[in-house]
Amino acid sequence: MALSFRAIFRVTDTSLVEVESVSFAYARRPILKGVSMRVPRGKVVAIMGASGSGKTTLLRIIGGQLAPSSGIVRFDGEKVHGLDADALYRMRRRMSMLFQFGALFTDMTVYENVAFPLREHTGLPESMIRDLVLMKLEAVGMRGATRLKPAELSGGMARRVALARAVVLDPTLVMYDEPFAGLDPIALAVIGRLIRTLNDALGSTSIIVTHDVVESMNLVDYLYFISNGVIVGEGTPDEIRRSELPYVKQFVHGETDGPVAFHYPAPAYAKDVGLAGGARA
Amino acid sequence: MLDIRRPLGRLGHNVIDGVWRAGTMARFLWLVLASSGTSFSRFRLVMREVYFSGVLSLIIIIVSGLFVGMVLGLQGYETLQKYGATESIGVLVALSLVRELGPVVAALLFASRAGSAITAEIGLMKTTEQLTAMDMMAVSPMARVIAPRFWAGIISMPILSLLFSAMGVFGGYIVGVVMIGVDNGAFWSQMQAAVDFRYDVVRGIVKSFVFGIAVTIIATFEGYDAPPTAEGVSGATTRTVVTSALMILALDLVLTAFMLRSED
Repeated sequence: MALSFRAIFRVTDTSLVEVESVSFAYARRPILKGVSMRVPRGKVVAIMGASGSGKTTLLRIIGGQLAPSSGIVRFDGEKVHGLDADALYRMRRRMSMLFQFGALFTDMTVYENVAFPLREHTGLPESMIRDLVLMKLEAVGMRGATRLKPAELSGGMARRVALARAVVLDPTLVMYDEPFAGLDPIALAVIGRLIRTLNDALGSTSIIVTHDVVESMNLVDYLYFISNGVIVGEGTPDEIRRSELPYVKQFVHGETDGPVAFHYPAPAYAKDVGLAGGARA
Repeated sequence: MLDIRRPLGRLGHNVIDGVWRAGTMARFLWLVLASSGTSFSRFRLVMREVYFSGVLSLIIIIVSGLFVGMVLGLQGYETLQKYGATESIGVLVALSLVRELGPVVAALLFASRAGSAITAEIGLMKTTEQLTAMDMMAVSPMARVIAPRFWAGIISMPILSLLFSAMGVFGGYIVGVVMIGVDNGAFWSQMQAAVDFRYDVVRGIVKSFVFGIAVTIIATFEGYDAPPTAEGVSGATTRTVVTSALMILALDLVLTAFMLRSED
């Protein structure tokens, strides 16, 4: 798989994000165990896995919100961790994140939400800020909602506004944390199309953390599968469809049993219901 | 035999947890102070919070102050009547309010009205990932969200305390002079003679300033530290009110002792 990745993307000099042997643990519970991956410039890469597999943790480590217990993360050739607060913030001006439920500021209107990064980081005059905000809102189809508050938006609309806010500074890297969670099929297709279109139009690079197989297969250039804190499979959508790796196969085809067991670990069923000597049903 | 290891263990755990939280809060205060540059360079952020925590607390402060002053007038008249000193009712009302009741009761009300709102707002911003989103946009939540609320509390608290005392004196006037018929001139002149601006009014302001720091740092810390769940935010809001009330009363004792000692 690694060979096909290199053949497709020539990763050694075009990777925007490099993750090398990253491990992470909450207290004594290991979440990531020596994860390595690369994200080429200009591509859309998905990190897939079941809930609790460590994919969102990996995204937060790439964004510098969490520090790994070991391993290195590089963004545009620069180590993400070990930077002081000012340097980390300088780096973050070139990256952005779309959160699962948008994370729009509830005390601001749609317009103010999208204008927020511009007002905080640029000295642009208000007329120019207005043009840029309307341009980004037009791109996500929400220009007519400038005066609405986040509470007045549906889940899909809130995520489109959050997407406009995430790309308003034209970031080099956009990270998406479960962008399809809880959306109806139409909203899901809209968000998927916007991610691809904006990535290609802005020349940025995208990392999507998701467990939506169908949408991701149509959208991304490359996929990583993560389970129990390790990468268990990777490849282009075509390679993944043909994969015989047990975890990838179970995940892609939605099989109820396999490497991810149906049963949560428990003592023998017969013992639990008081039938001495019985084996697990 | 009674096994005391478990209660002792729990006590030890609570003590360690309390010391840990106190240390974290002290570090939080330091971070807030270190992040306060934005609050002064963009003072409108502070003024916006002064509106939410100060201006919107005006009704409860004014009404409570009026009632407390009226009750003080009634109770004071009842007692002073026994000694034939009913003209001193203005002194009693004013000194009680300016020295103690104004700063303490206004701070308790501020903690209940504005402190709980600050904690709930910050806690919900954390729960809905708004603070994380801000941090990912390279905008410090400490400088943009916490510090303006902290300074707004410090600015609002002494003003609210003075308003509370002023309304209390007015309430005492309504009961003592208008309703009971104490001499108007005696009411104001004795008050003017007995209340010293530096020793009474300024000390009351100093107290309310300290209470303002205590309430806002507790409120912002509890919101920022709240577990990102509905139960977590609700618990943090309750802790803000309870901890602030205890802290106000404890600080009042310490400040009063220091102030009286410095008079000797």
